[in-house]
Amino acid sequence: MAYDYSKYLRSGKIPHIWCPGCGYGIIMKSLIRAIDATGLDKDEIVLTSGIGCASRLPGYMDFNTLHTTHGRSLAFATGVKVANPKLKVIALGGDGDMTAIGGNHFIHACRRNIDITCFVFNNYIYGMTGGQYSPTTPKNAKATTAPYGNADNQFDIAQLAIGAGATFVARTTTYHAVPMEKLIKQALDHKGFSVVEIMAGCPTGYGRKNKQGSPANMILWQKENAVPANKAKEMSEEEMAGKFAIGVLHEVHKPEYVEAYDAQVGLK
Amino acid sequence: MAREIRFLQGNEAVCEGALYAGCRFYAGYPITPSTEIAEGLAASLPKVGGRFIQMEDELAAMAATIGGSIAGKKSLTATSGPGMSLKMENLGYAYLTEIPCVIVNVMRGGPSTGLPTGPGQSDVMQAKWGTHGDHPAIVLTPSTVQEQLNETVRAFNLAEKYRMPVIILTDEIIGHMREAIEIPEPGELEVIDRKRPTCDPKDYKPYKPDADLVPPMADFGSGYRYHITGLNHAEDGFPSNNGKMAQADEIRQENKVMHHYDDIVKVEEFECADADIIVFAYGSSARSAKEAVIKARAEGIKAGLFRPLTLWPFPEKHLEKYVGKAKSFIVPELNLGMMKLEVDRVVKGQAKVVGINKIDSDPITPVEIIDEIRRAK
Ligand SMILES: Cc1ncc(C[n+]2csc(CCOP(=O)(O)OP(=O)(O)O)c2C)c(N)n1
Ligand code: SF4
Repeated sequence: MAYDYSKYLRSGKIPHIWCPGCGYGIIMKSLIRAIDATGLDKDEIVLTSGIGCASRLPGYMDFNTLHTTHGRSLAFATGVKVANPKLKVIALGGDGDMTAIGGNHFIHACRRNIDITCFVFNNYIYGMTGGQYSPTTPKNAKATTAPYGNADNQFDIAQLAIGAGATFVARTTTYHAVPMEKLIKQALDHKGFSVVEIMAGCPTGYGRKNKQGSPANMILWQKENAVPANKAKEMSEEEMAGKFAIGVLHEVHKPEYVEAYDAQVGLK
Repeated sequence: MAREIRFLQGNEAVCEGALYAGCRFYAGYPITPSTEIAEGLAASLPKVGGRFIQMEDELAAMAATIGGSIAGKKSLTATSGPGMSLKMENLGYAYLTEIPCVIVNVMRGGPSTGLPTGPGQSDVMQAKWGTHGDHPAIVLTPSTVQEQLNETVRAFNLAEKYRMPVIILTDEIIGHMREAIEIPEPGELEVIDRKRPTCDPKDYKPYKPDADLVPPMADFGSGYRYHITGLNHAEDGFPSNNGKMAQADEIRQENKVMHHYDDIVKVEEFECADADIIVFAYGSSARSAKEAVIKARAEGIKAGLFRPLTLWPFPEKHLEKYVGKAKSFIVPELNLGMMKLEVDRVVKGQAKVVGINKIDSDPITPVEIIDEIRRAK
């Protein structure tokens, strides 16, 4: 039987703004299924985002939704969570939103280990503004602001999150829609700051310029280059060149920020 | 019953006022000369069930303050010059989305890192026009430590009542000086909470104003699921590219302040009724101005002090009463002539308007003002 997504969607707000072939619709479906699996009440959930194509997602979802300024999703989310820890707070954004303009908020949210689930939609590019390079654009790739090929070094978002102190870090792709749903559910269930980096194709801003072919080809590229985390551990650096690990990359348990604060200051 | 008397610093009095008003969340980033507000609330908020967080920068602090308010808590942040500049992006967000919160700017010299430990009054135009786009502003400017407390309560009340950010513009002198003040008893000062919706959640429109032009605001998590965006939006909160509607909404926001001028604007008019010379002064400069006016009166000069406690909206209705009567206005301020522009605008050439301006990190003294009063006589 077909899955009923409509319960979580805002009727009248669809069609969405995403281009045909954009990976974001797949993420939204997996996100809905994962949230449904948690059994959380819609009134308990707060979805925050910044600015970008990815950040338009909360507008389509029937929760308490907060579309903020570019890069600031996690800073707003932190205020919401600290003021009312009963709320389940989910923050999302694109690679530019979360790791360029919002990079400082990102690493500090990781460091605090505040109980927020963060999704970074990594399409290697600034989609909304038309294909400028981002901190995750691969070296030598083309972008409208890198017409000679990108000279910058690339951020590895998952490694950045682990280094900064996030207690649950995972990576997935839009090809892996079903495992993605499980991973998102795991992240939502984790107490502390969890990050899921989701590789998603932007055929309009990245694929076209970098000769990646059709949107379907871009998804196949994800399939071919994703290596399960366990296998990736056993592979050499050369074998992993151009590939990336998927699955749970890091999971530890540390005191959650608001709980630790409350205990420290004697709040109950 | 006698009220409790305490010998407090101006910044400490802000903390007392915030707690009195029901503030339960503070997000900030330390900067001189505002830091004692953060330190004070870090210590006292947990005792009343509130929380404090030191964010990674002022952008984040402003964002978290707004987030805290959306989650239902009265929220405060405090900063000074460079920090205020950083807050502007998200302050604009709070104006557009009509989120109540209070921002204290303990002014220092500038631009840039400027004179960190000295006083300034050079953010008065920034307080009105600092963020991009048109929006109304409510800005309060206390002159005494007692007013630091009382005006902080008033700032929260206005923020909640009109569903918008309110700025308290104070300066290093008032922030750091100590005076004996009376702590109001609980119930003595009015404390206002935002209007929350009472309608069926499915009918809730977060930007549908009541007759007072203010829409009721639901806390996230209270059963009213809705969307907040920094894009121009329709009454239902969702983005819209309809320019006419955006214009109407921003004019409605402007009107929600201007139509309540009498409730919002507060002024001290001291010896103004028959004055030939009116000193227009605010914040710490108004303290010197008052002394100068008292001395001038003792010399038989008809001087008066016009002291706005609300700087924005500009108290023009109050000031207009003296236009055509007083023959000169003197505007002492710790900048190169910002509020003088507003006084000029209202006086419209019908009297002389003279500025006394300093940006050397020293206060304006009563002597400097009385000299100007004598010259104007
Ligand atoms: C302060 C600020 N700077 C720049 C912009 C313009 N801007 C809008 S979206 C965006 C980048 C979006 O890229 P990303 O975050 O990767 O998300 P995507 O659109 O690819 O999903 C930029 C630079 C803005 N809105 N605000
Ligand atoms: S520009 Fe790229 S990221 Fe944005 S909607 Fe189109 S395909 Fe998706």
